[in-house]
Amino acid sequence: MLLFIAAPIVSVVLQSLHTPHGAVLVEAETCTPLSGCILETTIDQEATRELREAEPLGRLVGFDIYLDRGHLAFAEVAEAWRQSDDLGEFWTSLMNLPFYRAMAFTLTFTFIVTPLMVILGLVIAFAVNSLHRHLKGLVIFFSLLPFTVTPLIGSLILFWMIDSRGILGDALVYLVGDPSFSLKASTGLMWVSLIVYGIWHAAPFAFVVFYAGLQTLPMEQIEAARIDGATRWQQVRYVVVPHLMPLVTFVALIQLMDNFRVFEPIVGFNAEAHATSLSWIIFNDLGGETRQFSAAATSSVLTIIGVTILLSPVLVRTWRDFRDKK
Amino acid sequence: MFLKKLALIGAVSLLASSAAFACEIGARVSIVGNEFPAIQTVGANAQECSGAEVTTNLTADHQKINVPGMQGNPAEYTSAIIANSSIVALMNEDVIQPLDDLVAKHGQHLKKNQLITIGGKVMAVAFMANAQHLVYRADVLEQIGVEPPKTYEDMLAAAKMIREKGIKQNPVGGAYKAGWNLAQEFNNMFLGYGGSHFKAGSAEPNVNSEAGANALNMMKALSEYMNPDFLTHDSNATNAEYRAGNVALMNMWGSRAATLVTVDGVPEEVRNGYAIAGPMTVGGGSTPASTLWWDGWTVAKNVSDAEAEATFIAMTHAIRPEMLNAETSPLAVWLIDGYEPTDAAQGVFAAANAGTIPYPMLPYQGLLHTALGGELTDFMQGKESAEQALSDVEAAYIAAAKEKGYL
Repeated sequence: MLLFIAAPIVSVVLQSLHTPHGAVLVEAETCTPLSGCILETTIDQEATRELREAEPLGRLVGFDIYLDRGHLAFAEVAEAWRQSDDLGEFWTSLMNLPFYRAMAFTLTFTFIVTPLMVILGLVIAFAVNSLHRHLKGLVIFFSLLPFTVTPLIGSLILFWMIDSRGILGDALVYLVGDPSFSLKASTGLMWVSLIVYGIWHAAPFAFVVFYAGLQTLPMEQIEAARIDGATRWQQVRYVVVPHLMPLVTFVALIQLMDNFRVFEPIVGFNAEAHATSLSWIIFNDLGGETRQFSAAATSSVLTIIGVTILLSPVLVRTWRDFRDKK
Repeated sequence: MFLKKLALIGAVSLLASSAAFACEIGARVSIVGNEFPAIQTVGANAQECSGAEVTTNLTADHQKINVPGMQGNPAEYTSAIIANSSIVALMNEDVIQPLDDLVAKHGQHLKKNQLITIGGKVMAVAFMANAQHLVYRADVLEQIGVEPPKTYEDMLAAAKMIREKGIKQNPVGGAYKAGWNLAQEFNNMFLGYGGSHFKAGSAEPNVNSEAGANALNMMKALSEYMNPDFLTHDSNATNAEYRAGNVALMNMWGSRAATLVTVDGVPEEVRNGYAIAGPMTVGGGSTPASTLWWDGWTVAKNVSDAEAEATFIAMTHAIRPEMLNAETSPLAVWLIDGYEPTDAAQGVFAAANAGTIPYPMLPYQGLLHTALGGELTDFMQGKESAEQALSDVEAAYIAAAKEKGYL
């Protein structure tokens, strides 16, 4: 626990409160092939090294990084609020800030994918459970396939299929009747694609959990319900679903966390022009030629806080149950 | 019989090692770098050296691992192969050493212009040059009866004609993928309009200017003639579009020119119509809307003197004039003594002769590049004005530069 959970959290929190030392810049003559020499700015290593060695952690800046434009950007939000005449205009300015733009997609994705995936998982589980036992094995195997495909590969495959020259993209162009129609060029359709992918990928997980739960159904209760004249729908509604409820909570919990950290589909679909998430921002901060560790650490801390807020209703309930049992 | 065989093997291996121009090293060499063909050749050449182990790790992810791999003491990598943008990260972190002494001792075959000097110290040895330039379909341009475009305005006019004549729906190609590629295309166009990225002598951004807005508007106009998915197309995808015969005009990397139409499955007319020319200018300017690049190698700072010397010897051996032959010459525009430009190299040479500006080696250029790549997409999708997009870029850059201590 200490090594794998506490230490990394302490590390990112520490990193997010510090930034690198100010670089001492000097002008130096820089000579390169084919173009000769020019005067260009570079870092004075001797002077900068002294600063770094004196305080290896960097400058302590408190919550500066949290409040800068790349993160919570309170100053920019307040400015946007003052400048906007109506809510629509404020929303447009807000969506111009990377953190809020990422949150808009992340929350939409999380709150659409999670319930739909739970429902789809339940439906598949019921359908498979009512199959003949010879068929079950085969159908379970095929239903699990989307979950076994590596997310990045799965999204890449779909990405090429919805390309305007791909099989699905081409079919859509044919259906719409507009040769310049492109799924990848429209933000709305890109969101739909990502959400459909999210459901497709995660539904098998829900299905397997629910299917396992269906094997432990209380047969006496169902029989009693049947004798009382309950229809099939009533049996499901009043006996089966309540029985599976703890599993639904479990699946929803896991998927809330997973979907909040949505990342692979964005990379796989090359969707960064239309949709970003906190995880993608971390990846982007660390992937440039100049790595921004403090910015990435701050986004990580914000992700942890976000997941905690999302899970808090469930955590509070669990805690209450625990207290009541005492 | 057995002894005879052994003697034969010994003789053959002796012969082989002397054929490798007797590159003898006394300590380990470990190279990290990008993975395109020219660099693979350099890596393989370095491994000809005997006396100690030479390992290479050539991967597209080299930028993510070279700094961490050289920060330790002793460093994992004794040499990193880099370009003008990526040497900055190594210099910022102070992980490479000046090479003046080693050049004096072992670098007699290196040409003066191969030496990258910063503040009077040699920090890297360049071996190839690169630039983006025009690649076009000569047969298509002949069909509409126009000369290869010299300016982006001509390119737009030609694209319009190609579309109107119904030859190709989206005749313009470009690596406009959101992120690094899109930012690079902006840099090209911005320099072509005479812009400069920073206020003179400071790290203050200067892209929200007339040149910046002009550059964006030209990019937007070009994108009207591109595949509608252009924001997801990197160089690979753009090349695939060209190979498939969908594109007639594009701005493409010189390092990809030699292999563009040599892969299997390229249609006959694409292969025959393939032609390259120098970079284009824009807005009546005389500076090409492109940037000049070099690739070279460095020596890590946190290694022993013996390892530094071995690395220098092996890397110098890898780019010796004798390595040029019919197979390796077309792979790049080599800066090596005795290199005869091939047809595929004319675009890069035209770029150099036309006074193309080298990609800036500023400590904070990478941050601006990242900000451009992230903030220009809204404008390209028509969601906001050029001025708004550029002020977003400056705001994003300023936040990052403050964090890194440049502002």
